[in-house]
Amino acid sequence: MLKIENLHASVEDKAILRGINLEVKAGEVHAIMGPNGSGKSTLASVIAGKEEYEVTEGSIFLNDEDIDELAAEERAHKGIFLSFQYPIEIPGVSVTNFIKTAINANRKAKGLDDMPAKDMLKLIREKSELLEIDRKFLSRSLNEGFSGGEKKRNEIFQMAMLEPKLAILDETDSGLDIDALRIVANGVNKLKSKDNAVIVITHYQRLLDYIVPDFVHVLYNGRIVKSGGKELAHELEEKGYDWIKEEVNA
Amino acid sequence: MDLKEKLTASFLAFENQVDTDTYVHDVRNEAIKIFEEKGFPSKKEEAWKYTSLNSVLKQDYSVFPKKENAIEYSEVKKYFIHDIDTYNVVFIDGKYSSHLSQTTHDGIDVCLMSSALTKPKYRLVIENYFNKAATKDSLPSLNTAFSNEGAYIHIPKNKLVQKPIQIIYFSTGSEAATMLQPRNLVVVDENSHVQIIERHQSLTDNPVLTNSVTEIFTNKRAIVDYYKIQNDNQNATLIDNTFIKQKQESVASVHTFSFGGKLVRNNLNFYQLGERIESILKGVTIIGDKQHVDHNTLVHHIEPNCESHQDYKGIFGESSTGVFNGKIIVEKLAQKTNAFQANNNILISDKATINTKPQLEIFADDVKCSHGCTIGQLDESAMFYMQSRGIPEKEAKALLMYAFSNNVLNSVKIPEIKQRITKIIANKLGVNIGFDL
Repeated sequence: MLKIENLHASVEDKAILRGINLEVKAGEVHAIMGPNGSGKSTLASVIAGKEEYEVTEGSIFLNDEDIDELAAEERAHKGIFLSFQYPIEIPGVSVTNFIKTAINANRKAKGLDDMPAKDMLKLIREKSELLEIDRKFLSRSLNEGFSGGEKKRNEIFQMAMLEPKLAILDETDSGLDIDALRIVANGVNKLKSKDNAVIVITHYQRLLDYIVPDFVHVLYNGRIVKSGGKELAHELEEKGYDWIKEEVNA
Repeated sequence: MDLKEKLTASFLAFENQVDTDTYVHDVRNEAIKIFEEKGFPSKKEEAWKYTSLNSVLKQDYSVFPKKENAIEYSEVKKYFIHDIDTYNVVFIDGKYSSHLSQTTHDGIDVCLMSSALTKPKYRLVIENYFNKAATKDSLPSLNTAFSNEGAYIHIPKNKLVQKPIQIIYFSTGSEAATMLQPRNLVVVDENSHVQIIERHQSLTDNPVLTNSVTEIFTNKRAIVDYYKIQNDNQNATLIDNTFIKQKQESVASVHTFSFGGKLVRNNLNFYQLGERIESILKGVTIIGDKQHVDHNTLVHHIEPNCESHQDYKGIFGESSTGVFNGKIIVEKLAQKTNAFQANNNILISDKATINTKPQLEIFADDVKCSHGCTIGQLDESAMFYMQSRGIPEKEAKALLMYAFSNNVLNSVKIPEIKQRITKIIANKLGVNIGFDL
C-alpha cells in the first residue's frame, strides 16, 4: 500500500528526514517510535502532504503511484488520513458541519454527488456511538475549548467517517487518560481490516497494548535505525532510547 | 463647476421645491453655510488621512433625481431579508416607494422623513431630535442641508417591536450619475426594543454617491440593534454618518457588514449620556479588487459605569485597502468605564493594505480600557489540517475566513441575517461550503 524509498525532507533548509525506507502492506499495523526530535511528526506530515516540508530526495508511493506532486487534499482523496497531534480549532464550524464538508469534498473528488442528508445522519450516529461521542458534542465548534481527550476522540471520529485506506495516528495517545485511550484504541481496532493499514506514531508503548502492531520501527536522527516485532516496543519501554542512540553512534 | 459649487448652487432651488416648516428650514440654511465654508474633506485632515474622495467627487452627479422609477418586487427581492416578516421603508433614487414598502402607525411610527418634517403631529419629535446628534462636520452638514427623505422611526415607551424594520435605498441609474442624501431618524423611548436593517443598493453600473445620515436616540433602558449590510456594486460609493445618543441603561449595537462598493466610509459615533450604558460596535469587512472600506468610530464615554465593545474583523484581497480608526474618549467624570476595542485583519494578497489606528483619550483614572489590533495571514497549519481531510484549498480558505469572522456573526440576534451574511461571504469567496453555515 505505502512504500517509502530513501526519503529525505527538510524544512527551511534544515534536513529532518535523512533517508527513510518503509513498506506498509494492507492489513498491517506499523508503530513508529523514537525520542523527541527524531522526525516522527515530520514523517507523518510529509506523507500527508504538508507544503512547508520539502522532499529533497526519494519518493513516496501509494499503491504504486508516486504521490510527491499531489496536494494534501488529493492525498486525502486517495485515502490517506492523518490524525493530528495538535488538532486545529475552527470556531463557528460545528463538528457535524465540518465532517459533512469533508465527506462531500471527498465524494466530489470521486465524481459522486453529495451524500443524502439521511445517510449522513445515519453514518454520523453510527460512528459517534463507536467512539462514545454524544450528540451535544457534535454541535460544538470544531476543537474549540475541547479537552485533549475530546480532540483526539474527534480525530478518530473523523477517521471513522472518512474510512481511509492508510491512517496515520500522530501521538494520538498524548493527553489521553486511560478511559479515553481505551475508547480511541477500540475505535481504531474496529476500523481495521485486511484492506487498510495503520501507522501509529508514539513516544510510549502504552497505546500499543491496545493497538497491537505487526511491526515496530525506531526513528532516530531522521532514519529508521531499528525494526522489529511488537516485543521491540516493550524493550524500548524498559530500557529507554539511550541504548539505541549508543548503537547508532558506535 | 465642481460638485461643491453645484451643490451650493442647487440649494435654493431645492429649498423652494420642498415644503418645509420654519424649524427645518433654518436648520438646513445653517447647514449649507457650514458645508460652503468647510467643503468636502481632504486627506490633509487627520480623520481622512487614508481615504481620498477625489476620484469619487470627479463625477458629474445629478444632485436631486427628477424621474420617478418603478421597480418590481421580484427584481429586488434578493436584497430584502424576505424569509421573515418585516416592516419595510424603501426608496428608489431617493424617492419613497409605497409599492415596495410596508409602513405602520399602529402604536409605533415607521414611516417617511418627508411627512415627519412637514406634518404637525411629528413636530415635537422633530424639534427635540432632528439634527440633535449629527455633528457639524462638512458631510453631515451637507446631508442636513438637503435632508428631505428617509426613514422616520419612533417607538414610544414600553414597546417590543416584534418585526424588524428594513430600510432600503435602491438606485436605478436613471441619471448618468446620482448623488443621494438619505436621512434617517430613529427615536426609541423608555424600555422599548427595536431591530433595524439598513441597506443601500445600486441596480446599475452608473456611479452613485450616497451621503447618508442616521440619527439614533435610545432613551432610558431602550435597546436598539442595528445591522448595516453593505454589499453594493463596484460603482457605488457610500459615506455613512451614524450618530447614536444613548440615555442611561440603554443598549445600542451596530453591526456593519462591508463586502461591496467602490468606496465605503463608515463614520459611526456613540455618545453615552447616562450611567450603565452599553454600546456595541461590530464589523466584518471582506473586500477585494480595488475596493476601499474605512471604519471611523468614536465612542464618547461621558458618564460613569458604562461599557463599550468594539470588534472589527477585516479580510483584504487583491489591491483592496482598509482603514480602521477607532477613537475612544473617556471624560474625567466617566469613572469605572469599561472600554474594549479589537481590530483583527488578514491580508490575503501582497497588494492589499490595512491602516489601523486606535486612538484613546482617557481623562478618568479608574477605568478599564483595552485595545489591540493584529494584521496577519491565514494560518497555514489550519489550512493543512482541513486539506488533510480532503477539503480543497479554496473551500478551506473560505472556512477559515468564516471562522475568523465568527465571533462578530455570533452576536447577530436575527438568524436570517446571520444566514444571509454567511451566504454573502460564501459567494464573495466563490465557494459553496456545502452546508448552511
